[in-house]
Amino acid sequence: MTEQREHVEAAPPHMGSVLKMMSRATYFREAALRNLFLLCAVAAVAGVALIFVFVGVRGWPVVQDPGLAAFLFGSEWSATNDAFGILPLVTGTLVVTIGALLLGAPLAIGTAVFLSEIASPRMRSIVRPAVEMLAGVPSVVFGFFGLVILRPVVAALTGGMGFGPLTASVILAVMIVPTISTLTEDALRSVAPGIRHASYAMGATTWQTIYKVLLPAAKIGIIDATILGMGRAIGETMAVVMVAGNAPQFFAGLGEPIVTLTSQIVIDMSYASGTHRTALFGLAIILFLISMGLVALVRTLSRHAERQG
Amino acid sequence: MTADIAPAASAADAPKFTVRDLEFYYGDFHALTGINIDVRDNAVTAFIGPSGCGKSTFLRCLNRMNDLIPGTRVEGTITLDGADIYGPGVDPVDLRRRVGMIFQQPNPFPMSIYDNVAFGPRLHGVKKKDELDEIVEQALVRANLWKEVKDILGRGGLTLSGGQQQRLCIARVLAVQPDVLLMDEPCSAIDPTSVQKVEDLMAELKSSVTIIIVTHNMQQAARVSGETAFFLQEKQGEAAELIEFGRTAEIFTSPRDRRTEDYITGRFG
Amino acid sequence: MGKRWANRIAIGTLWFCGLTTVAILGAVIVYVFVRGIGQITPEFIFTKPHGVNAEGGIGPTIIATLYVTGLSMLIVTPIAVLAAVYLAEYAVQGRLVNAIRFAADTLASVPSIVMGLFGFAFFVESMGLGFSVLSGALALAFLMLPIVMRATEEAIRSVPRYIRWGSYGLGASQWQTVSRIVLPAASPRILTGLILAMGRAVGETAVVIFTMGQAIYLPLLPTDPGRSMTVHLYMLAMEGINMEAAYGTALLLMAMVLSFNLSARWLSNKNRRLQG
Repeated sequence: MTEQREHVEAAPPHMGSVLKMMSRATYFREAALRNLFLLCAVAAVAGVALIFVFVGVRGWPVVQDPGLAAFLFGSEWSATNDAFGILPLVTGTLVVTIGALLLGAPLAIGTAVFLSEIASPRMRSIVRPAVEMLAGVPSVVFGFFGLVILRPVVAALTGGMGFGPLTASVILAVMIVPTISTLTEDALRSVAPGIRHASYAMGATTWQTIYKVLLPAAKIGIIDATILGMGRAIGETMAVVMVAGNAPQFFAGLGEPIVTLTSQIVIDMSYASGTHRTALFGLAIILFLISMGLVALVRTLSRHAERQG
Repeated sequence: MTADIAPAASAADAPKFTVRDLEFYYGDFHALTGINIDVRDNAVTAFIGPSGCGKSTFLRCLNRMNDLIPGTRVEGTITLDGADIYGPGVDPVDLRRRVGMIFQQPNPFPMSIYDNVAFGPRLHGVKKKDELDEIVEQALVRANLWKEVKDILGRGGLTLSGGQQQRLCIARVLAVQPDVLLMDEPCSAIDPTSVQKVEDLMAELKSSVTIIIVTHNMQQAARVSGETAFFLQEKQGEAAELIEFGRTAEIFTSPRDRRTEDYITGRFG
Repeated sequence: MGKRWANRIAIGTLWFCGLTTVAILGAVIVYVFVRGIGQITPEFIFTKPHGVNAEGGIGPTIIATLYVTGLSMLIVTPIAVLAAVYLAEYAVQGRLVNAIRFAADTLASVPSIVMGLFGFAFFVESMGLGFSVLSGALALAFLMLPIVMRATEEAIRSVPRYIRWGSYGLGASQWQTVSRIVLPAASPRILTGLILAMGRAVGETAVVIFTMGQAIYLPLLPTDPGRSMTVHLYMLAMEGINMEAAYGTALLLMAMVLSFNLSARWLSNKNRRLQG
């Protein structure tokens, strides 16, 4: 040991030296890297701006032709008649989204509660990966599945071709389950465990604890999850195109073809030109604004909840 | 109210750290006020006081670790061997190499034992294998860990026991040859046998390195340190102060300040 | 009595929900597998489709899919990882960071068809890249950016703070700490995130249909057009021609996506075990 110590005392590299100044090279390297990273992070902002500007510029002329009112409140969408009113598309989106939420949200929230409160670790290790993999299934595969399996069933039930809101809603419901379920489970897990124990200690059953204590405590998180699931349903394209029937008409029954904002773009894009194409970009602007609005809503809700503690 | 300035250091010894009129802020919160202290070279100094009294914050001022927290601000001066560590242009990175730090939680990097110890020297430009080998061996020997790990240098640092991990962290710091070792409650997360080993190590190291240790354990402060500083935050939300500083034996047997006495009698023995 | 019965019924319902979710996944997988497995022959995988009913194989669409996915990951990974490094290690909470997060969240929720239309307007038309693998990869990169960014940021944040302190305490600069300690420690999780994002890109349709085109073509250069497997499946299914090939394509697509998912899962489990 003495030898070691002597070594240290003999050759201490800094002992007694005046503190070093930061070298310019170090300073510039650190600052340059920092700015490079910042630039990359700003890419996200730039990306959103770029999308908005480009889609916006292409879609803006709808304000003159067919005119904002005719575009937003027109009840006919027909390329042959040069009529581009989006009301049928909006109602179509509304119908399938509501349908998807009615079917999908309870299933998703139920699955989340099951995962966080009921399932044994073993059960969880089966169900949770299934939920995550469901999120990974491509939307064309869901659409294909709906087309070949669900459509004949719906056709038998409603007496039509089986294309329409019911088929689309069921497929969308399945597709939003992972979104809502994962976020709801996160919300439930972030409820302090003490609250759970307190409830059980007062003699509450599992269900009473879930219903009266946990779900209210995780309320905001569940609402956020549902809103994001709704965003997913509104924005989903390919699966809907494959099962909705794609006729730009108002809701006329669960088995009657309809069209949504997203699916109309896919259907028309390959041949649209002139005003028609502008109107499709107009649809994209509306979809963009809806998704931005939903994100803003979720952020406001979460911030509000944070403030309340 | 104000603290005494380095009563115990003999005039012949130039202090390692000289702190004058230090004020420290976390954003709007005034955390430390009026700190004056001279820390002796090649000795062990203990910082004691209740939780939240600012002793760890003060420790982190000494190697500018607080710089990493946004919104912090320092007023007053701290000099190391006469050089102002907050002076314009001073490289905090170079300062931290000279003023090493051991944390409460042993924090080996997720890499092999060898790479953990070699990390610092490599950082500062040592590349040759035989040179690194020697530095690693010496650092592990000085940290009293060599015998236990010399055959498993390639194994992950995280596979060691808690006490061994802490000594690995000490070796890691020693490998960059610091003048000062700051230890922030180094023994509160490890088992009693390992505590003994770390304390023995401090006794061995103090002839070559200045050690400052923050501890909640009064016996430990009494055992390992030559001088002790007592910090206290008198009221919640107020800035903490250095209440008393002197030879450890005196602080523990005949403190001059009532508040020191209250704290020590409440906690000691 | 009432209380206990309510509890039983409720728990039964929750079990039903959990099992239904598994059953749906199982049904999709089993159905696609049973109907598609007969199609999977070397000829189907490696040869070109031909004839009015797209008989033969789907080789070019597999190549196009892997090509566009790989290229988009190549584009997006450095940007997304460095952006995440900024958010997790350098950024100070404030307006700029808020704006970046809001933008990333918005980008993540923009419907893929909007991204496809944007890609068409910007890359295909304005930048003159035409229907090409490159246009598709660039548009996909926009879609992947927030996903990879979030996964990487979470991976970086999961590295304990005190490990960083250890590095700073040894006199490492911020970049040294990030490059030598934080990124290596976070890399298994970052890799998991990248693999998951790749699975997502493979399954994407609406973006590539308007940027890479629909022509069956074996792309060699990034400027060549191509048809992805997803677009191929969509076309076959919608036109109702050669449903057998549609089943085969669906099966291959599912197999690819699931293998990405499973390998990500395997990697993260292995990693968790290693860290004890």
